[in-house]
Amino acid sequence: MPKKLSPEYRDMQQRIEEVAKSMGLDMFDTFYEMLDYDEINMVASYMGFPVRYPHWKWGMEYERMSKSYEYGLHKIYEMVINNDPCYAYLLESNAPVDQKLVMCHVCGHNDFFKNNFTFQHTNRKMIDEMANHATRIRRYIDWFGVDVVESFVDRCLSIDNLIDVDSPYIVRKRKEAEAETSEPPDRKRELGLLPNTKEYMERYINPDAFVASQRKKLEDEAKRQKKFPAEPERDVMRFLMEHAPLERWQVDVMDMLREEAYYFAPQGMTKIMNEGWASYWHCKLMTEKVMDSSEVIDFADKNSGVMSTSRQQLNPYALGLALYRDIEDRWNRGRFGKEWNECDDMAERRRWDKQTGQGRDKIFQVRQIYSDVTFLDEFFTVDFCREQGFFAYEYDRKKRTFLIDTREFETVKKKLLQQLTNFGQPLIAVLDANFENRAELLLEHTHEGVDLDGQYTHETLRNVQAIWTRPVHLITRVDERKVLYSCDGNGLTEKTIS
Amino acid sequence: MSLRIQNDHARFKDIVRGKIKQNLKSYIKKGELIGKQGKDTITIPVPRIELPHFKFGGKSQGGVGQGDGQPGDPVDGDPQDGDGSGKAGENAGEHGLDVELTLDELADMLGEELQLPRILPKGAELVTERIKYTGINTVGPESLKHFKRTYKQALRRQIAVGTYDPKNPVIVPIREDRRYRTWRIDQKPQANAVIIYMMDVSGSMGDEQKEIVRITSFWLDAWLRRNYDGLQSRYIIHDAVAKEVDKDTFFHTRESGGTMISSAYRLCADIIDKDYPVANWNIYPFHFSDGDNWSIDDTRTCLGLLRDRLLPVSNQFAYGQVESPYGSGQFIKDLAEQLGKDEKVTLTEIKDKDGIYASIKDFLGRGR
Repeated sequence: MPKKLSPEYRDMQQRIEEVAKSMGLDMFDTFYEMLDYDEINMVASYMGFPVRYPHWKWGMEYERMSKSYEYGLHKIYEMVINNDPCYAYLLESNAPVDQKLVMCHVCGHNDFFKNNFTFQHTNRKMIDEMANHATRIRRYIDWFGVDVVESFVDRCLSIDNLIDVDSPYIVRKRKEAEAETSEPPDRKRELGLLPNTKEYMERYINPDAFVASQRKKLEDEAKRQKKFPAEPERDVMRFLMEHAPLERWQVDVMDMLREEAYYFAPQGMTKIMNEGWASYWHCKLMTEKVMDSSEVIDFADKNSGVMSTSRQQLNPYALGLALYRDIEDRWNRGRFGKEWNECDDMAERRRWDKQTGQGRDKIFQVRQIYSDVTFLDEFFTVDFCREQGFFAYEYDRKKRTFLIDTREFETVKKKLLQQLTNFGQPLIAVLDANFENRAELLLEHTHEGVDLDGQYTHETLRNVQAIWTRPVHLITRVDERKVLYSCDGNGLTEKTIS
Repeated sequence: MSLRIQNDHARFKDIVRGKIKQNLKSYIKKGELIGKQGKDTITIPVPRIELPHFKFGGKSQGGVGQGDGQPGDPVDGDPQDGDGSGKAGENAGEHGLDVELTLDELADMLGEELQLPRILPKGAELVTERIKYTGINTVGPESLKHFKRTYKQALRRQIAVGTYDPKNPVIVPIREDRRYRTWRIDQKPQANAVIIYMMDVSGSMGDEQKEIVRITSFWLDAWLRRNYDGLQSRYIIHDAVAKEVDKDTFFHTRESGGTMISSAYRLCADIIDKDYPVANWNIYPFHFSDGDNWSIDDTRTCLGLLRDRLLPVSNQFAYGQVESPYGSGQFIKDLAEQLGKDEKVTLTEIKDKDGIYASIKDFLGRGR
C-alpha cells in the first residue's frame, strides 16, 4: 500500500520546499507517496496515475518494467504528475540522499508545470478526470463486452498522436456555420469594386483586369468553402469524432482518449526544458542548501549517472541543464543582443562581461514562455554546439550502421529542430473528407525530409479506415516519389502520383 | 497484496498467448524452439505487440549525438539513457518479446489448436501414496512432537491457572500439553506411460528427414507428457540391425547401410516384455522411416511382429513416413494394406516441415 511520508521525510520535504520558494520557485502543493518497486512499476506503467482505464498496454509496460528492474537494467527514481495538488512518488528502497535529490528535482518539475505556457490549458484535476475515464470505459466494457471496447480503444490509441498540439487550447466543439442571410447578395460589394456613380468612369475606377482578379479570388473562396474540411484539419481525432459514423459510446471513448492525449502533449513538447529545469534546480538546491557534507559522493555519483551523455541519443536532462546554465551565464555577462551578435573580435568576445546580472530573471522567463522547439531555436548557439560537442549522424546503407555525418552547426541544429517539431511526430492532416466525391477520407503527410515507416503506416491506415468505414487514403513521399496509399478495409494499395 | 495492474497484466498475457497460438503452426515447424528449452519452460520469441502510429522510419531519420569522433566514424556504443528517472515508456526496446511458457502450457495450446482429445489412460489401479501432514493431535510418536504448539498450550495453561510469571517466564509442558502432528495418506491414481521411439538411420535418411523426426517427436513428447505424469522415453535406432541408444544419439547419429525394420520391432517388443508390464503401462511405439525396407520378406516379418507382439500391448502404434529422395516409400503402403483397419495403428506421411503440423494431428488425434 502507498504510504505517506515518515516524519523525517516530511521535515525534509518542508525544508526543501522552503528553500526552493525562497529562491523563486512557484509551486503547487506537493503530496509524496512512498511506493515499493512493484507499486512504482505499476504507477509508472499507468504513466503516473493510480487509476487508468483497463487496457493491455499498461500490462505490457508493467511486464517490461518489472523484467528490466529484476535484471537490474533500470530503476525508477521518481515520478511526478502535473496536477494541483501535485503528486509525486518515491521509491521506498532508495537511500535518504536519493530521496533528497528527488524532492529537489520534483520542485523543478512542479514549478515548470505550474508556470510554463504549454501546460496552461491542461486539466489540473487530471487524477480525478483519469479516474472518471476509467469508470466510464469500465461501464462500456460491462455493456458491450471487453473485445468490442478494447479493439475500439486500440484504434483510437493508434491515432492519438494526430492532434493539433500547437493549438493554444483544446477545441471542444466545431464552430457553427455562420447564419444564413436573407439579404440578396450585393455583387458589386462582394467583388470589392470601388463605388462609382458615373458610368463612363467605370473602366478607369474598376479596370477590367482588377475586376477579373477579384472575381477569381471570389471563385477560389467559394471553391474553398465547398471543400470539406475548408482548411486542412490537423486534429484528426476530433474530425473523426465529429464526422465518422460512430456510436455514442464510441464518440465518448474517443473524446476521453483525445482529452488524455492533449493532457500529455505538453510533456512531449517540453521534455528538454522540463527535465533541464528540474535538473538545474536539483543541482542548485542540493549543492547550495540542502545537502549534508556526508552526502556529496553519493549525490555526485547519482547526478553523473543522470547527466551522462551518449553518442546515440540526446539526454534531455543534460542538454536542458546545459542550456539553462549557458543562458544564465550569457545574461549575467550581457552576452546577448545586437552588440554581442555583431562583435566578431574573438578576443573581445572572450573577455565580454558587462556585469548585467540578469541571468536568473532570464531563465525564469525562459521557463515560462518557451517550448522545446523555440527554446532550442533561440538558445542553441554556435558556441554552445561546439562546446558541447554535438554532431549529426546518418544511417549508412552500405556499412549498415549509423555514421557521424557532420559537426557543422547549421546541419546539427536543423536536425535537432526537425526532431522536435510537432513533438517528434509526423504532421498529418485531413485534407478532404469527400475525396473523389465518394465520401472517402484523404489524409496528407507534410513531408519534411523524413519518410514515414512503411509497416506502421499500413497498420495505422487500417485503423483509421476501421473508424471512418469508407476507404481512407494518405498522401506522402517515399524516396522522393509522391505516393498515395489507399486502404479500403480489405487490402492496401500504393501508387505513385505526380 | 494484489495490484490493480494485475488485470491489465493478465489481459496482456492473454494477448501474447493468443499470438502464440495464432502462430503455433509456424512455431511447430521451427526447430530452434526446441533449442530454447529450459528445464520446464520454453522461451518463445513473439513479435513485438504494439499500437501502430504514423511515425518516422527510424533509419532515414538519423539523429543528433554528443561526444568524440570525426565525420565518418561509427556512432556505436550502447545507447545509454540517463539513470532511468524518466517517464514511463521512453526508449522502448525495438525487438520482440521473449515469452516464457511452461511445456505444459505449450502442450495445452497445441491440444486446443489441434483439437486433440484428452487421453484416457489405462492402468488406473496403479496407485501412488503420499503422506501429508494435515493436523494436530494430542497423542503421537515423540518424533512428531510439535514444539511450538506444545509450548503455546503450556503457556496458555499456565496463564489460566496463574502459575505464569512474566518476570520469570519459565514454561514447563506437562503430558496434556503435548501436541503431535498427524498425517493423512493421499492416494493418487497414476498412469504410467512409455514412448518407444524408433528411427530408421539408414543411408537414405538425410539430415532434413532427421530434423523432421526430431521436431515431430518433440511435440509428441510434449503432448503425452502433459497427459501422463512420469512419462518415460526409450530410443531405438536401426539400419540392418537395431540398438537402443540415448536421446542425444538418437537424433544425431548417421549410419549407413541397409534397412531391416523388423530388427527394430523385435527389439522394441523385447524392451516392452522386459520393462513394461502391459497391465500397468500405456505403451506408445512410434516409428519413423523413409519407408524403404530391405525386402518383402522382412516386411512380412514386420507385419507378423506387429500383429503378434506389438499391437496387443500398445495403446497405439504410430508410423510416420518421412519423404526422402532415395526411399521408395513402399512400407507405408504395405502397412496400410494389411493393418490399415486396425484402430491401434496410425499411419502418416510427412512430406516436409510444413507437414509436421498435420501429422501431429494424425498421431494424436485419436485420444488413445
